[in-house]
Amino acid sequence: MTIVGDVLILLGSIFLVLGGLGLIRMPDVYNRLQTGTKASTLGAMSILLGSAFLAPGIAAKSVLLIIFIALANPISSSTIGRSAHKGGVPLAPGSVRDDLKKNEEASS
Amino acid sequence: MILIISMALIGLAALLTVIRLLRGPSAFDRLVASDVLSVITAAFMAVYSVSTGSIFFIDVAIVDVIIGFIGVVMIARFLQGVLK
Repeated sequence: MTIVGDVLILLGSIFLVLGGLGLIRMPDVYNRLQTGTKASTLGAMSILLGSAFLAPGIAAKSVLLIIFIALANPISSSTIGRSAHKGGVPLAPGSVRDDLKKNEEASS
Repeated sequence: MILIISMALIGLAALLTVIRLLRGPSAFDRLVASDVLSVITAAFMAVYSVSTGSIFFIDVAIVDVIIGFIGVVMIARFLQGVLK
């Protein structure tokens, strides 16, 4: 039980560090959004699951927090991406396709 | 020991996020960084709660994630009409 919790917490914090590193290294808003939110979601869920294994007194609240993060984090990241695209933030110079722009032109 | 290493790694992740929060060219970069930072803070509170054995910090983590989600969605919808 302790070993499983320790491994999960260590893995989750490594994922959080990788998410922060991607937030520094990526070239534009959309790539930063992708790497930051995905890696931090997986890292936080793994850390909370590991702390539920290590301390059974907080297991119910940890599982509640895992469910809330799994529901809420994709909503906030997709809202940020859509609003940045509507606000006119340009893509990085190496980007090859932009399907949302095509949809907006077709619908308007 | 594992918990101390993990807290140091989470602090490093928060430091990288704060660098992006301070440097970001547009307002959306700062918004992404603050979204990631609220989740990182909640994870740190969970590890700290396990490490010290106090059960109160997990409640603080729940409130932090909820307020961070509502604030990020509200600011994103607000910025949609401003920067055009």
